[in-house]
Amino acid sequence: MISTELVLMLRKRRVWLCWALLCLLPTVVAVLLATTRLAPPPGRGGAFLSAVLSDGQLFPAAALALVLPVFLPITVAIVSGDAVAGEASAGTLRYLLVRPVGRLKLLVAKLVSVAAFTLLAVLLVTVTSYIVGVAAFGFGPDAELGGGGITSLSGATLTPLELAGRTAGTVGYLALCMLTLGAVGIFFSTLTDSPLAAALGVLAVVVTSAALQPLDAAEAVRTFLPTQHWLAWIDLFRDPPLLDAVRTGVEVQLGWIVVAFGAAWANFTTKDVRPVSGVIGHGQ
Amino acid sequence: MSESVITTTGLTKRFGRVVAVDHVDLDVPAGVRFGLLGPNGSGKTTLVRMLLGLVHATSGSATVLGEPMPRRAAAVLPQVGALVEGPAAWGHLSGRANLRLLDAAGPGGRRRDRRRRVDEALERVGLAGIDRRPVKAYSLGMRQRLGIAAALLRAPRLLLLDEPTNGLDPRGIHEMRDLLVALNATGTTVVLSSHLLTEVEALCTRVGIMDAGRLVLADDLASLRAPTGRIRLRTPSPDAALALLDGRVEAREADLLTVRGDDPAELNALLVGAGVPVTAIDRERRSLEEVVLDVTGSGNDRFEGHR
Repeated sequence: MISTELVLMLRKRRVWLCWALLCLLPTVVAVLLATTRLAPPPGRGGAFLSAVLSDGQLFPAAALALVLPVFLPITVAIVSGDAVAGEASAGTLRYLLVRPVGRLKLLVAKLVSVAAFTLLAVLLVTVTSYIVGVAAFGFGPDAELGGGGITSLSGATLTPLELAGRTAGTVGYLALCMLTLGAVGIFFSTLTDSPLAAALGVLAVVVTSAALQPLDAAEAVRTFLPTQHWLAWIDLFRDPPLLDAVRTGVEVQLGWIVVAFGAAWANFTTKDVRPVSGVIGHGQ
Repeated sequence: MSESVITTTGLTKRFGRVVAVDHVDLDVPAGVRFGLLGPNGSGKTTLVRMLLGLVHATSGSATVLGEPMPRRAAAVLPQVGALVEGPAAWGHLSGRANLRLLDAAGPGGRRRDRRRRVDEALERVGLAGIDRRPVKAYSLGMRQRLGIAAALLRAPRLLLLDEPTNGLDPRGIHEMRDLLVALNATGTTVVLSSHLLTEVEALCTRVGIMDAGRLVLADDLASLRAPTGRIRLRTPSPDAALALLDGRVEAREADLLTVRGDDPAELNALLVGAGVPVTAIDRERRSLEEVVLDVTGSGNDRFEGHR
């Protein structure tokens, strides 16, 4: 079932469109920056944006910071909201279940395919923005000295190997953060037959979490907000990397995934798969 | 009667305050072609969905192929082919890709036989020549055929088909009937639900009739359609016949007479011997339509006011 699910995902035009748009936004920013050479002053604008003019290799980090707050969550919401609700509204859900595919197995396959989507999304953004960044801004001044190394946020120079390792860590961490939304999306997707409703539900969670984050009154629950730790990966680019925030982030995200997936399973395992309301069919 | 393929006892399903299926005790013997008839909303599809484990019963139990459902779904369903509530497919993929993915999604069957299984199923339903067009470009009839191909993919022992001829043209309906009879001859039990009486009458050997969630009747078609003890005959001189058969004639519509009696041959001889010509004569049988109208209410798509 997992291979079927992956094939299904990879053959959806919507998925490729999401990936293309994710890669397009950083590219547009890179083109604008490269033609105007007007970088935002340090401390304003997206993270790393002020530094990319001097070193194109930092652009993947800047690109991830660009797509993280809105774009990436939207694509994950669309894809995960479609997971079960899409099959239900297309009618293919009942044929999968009588094939038979166990209900837990189906949900696991959906989670794996959403995980693959998020990982590939973050990876594609990283790779394209690295290519675009180096093409637009070239290697930094440290490149000749340190053999392609870049300056970390703390001022020390990172070797290419260190940079690769930290970038990989960032990709994994962000994919995990997005998988949290994916698991929530799968849960919502089992509650409704409308993929759109499930996707909007995910976005509602993101917006609520982001709104609570700066509130002092929400101090007690802040650590558990899914968006709270999204920017912790920036610490990976310090020297030496600060792992505390990332570790907390990973724990919180895993907690969300377990809870959301458990809720999805609890709801779906006893759910009646009935005709889609609102669609005129025959029989009852 | 041989072993049962489907048995339900007191099977009931409520959706909120609506009782969709109400204490149904159904028994489908192996090897029959069973037709489930009933007006729209009589609970046919909900019953089929419960047998497939898609909908969970509120109370009662169901056994399919000797195993309890839905508890043993993993063992039962690989031997069941189903078409529920119309066909469905991933619209952006071709018919062949749809069947391949569906085949790959579930248990059983070797991977290298997949192409052969898919090709055979497509050939049986008359889609052997389909190209790479996506299913969303298919006509309703082609989708219906694809849905039946998906049901046949695993050479099932039991076929559960909901409105299998929906969207097919007369030739397609005829082909599908031949296909189901051929499958039945090789031992597959066929259960189909339909609101088309002629469909069930032409195909099935046993009939169940549902009304307002209850199974109001289940019997062999042959005994439902047993002679009524009357003979219908047509004659160009009805008055002469009426005089001859005085007292035995129950009804007369122009040249059509309904006469009490069991033996058309004897009656024919009597009339011809007396010089009354007979152009048509046969036992009167109840049509399935009469049987259905007799035992069912108006269905739930009709709402009449009480004045």
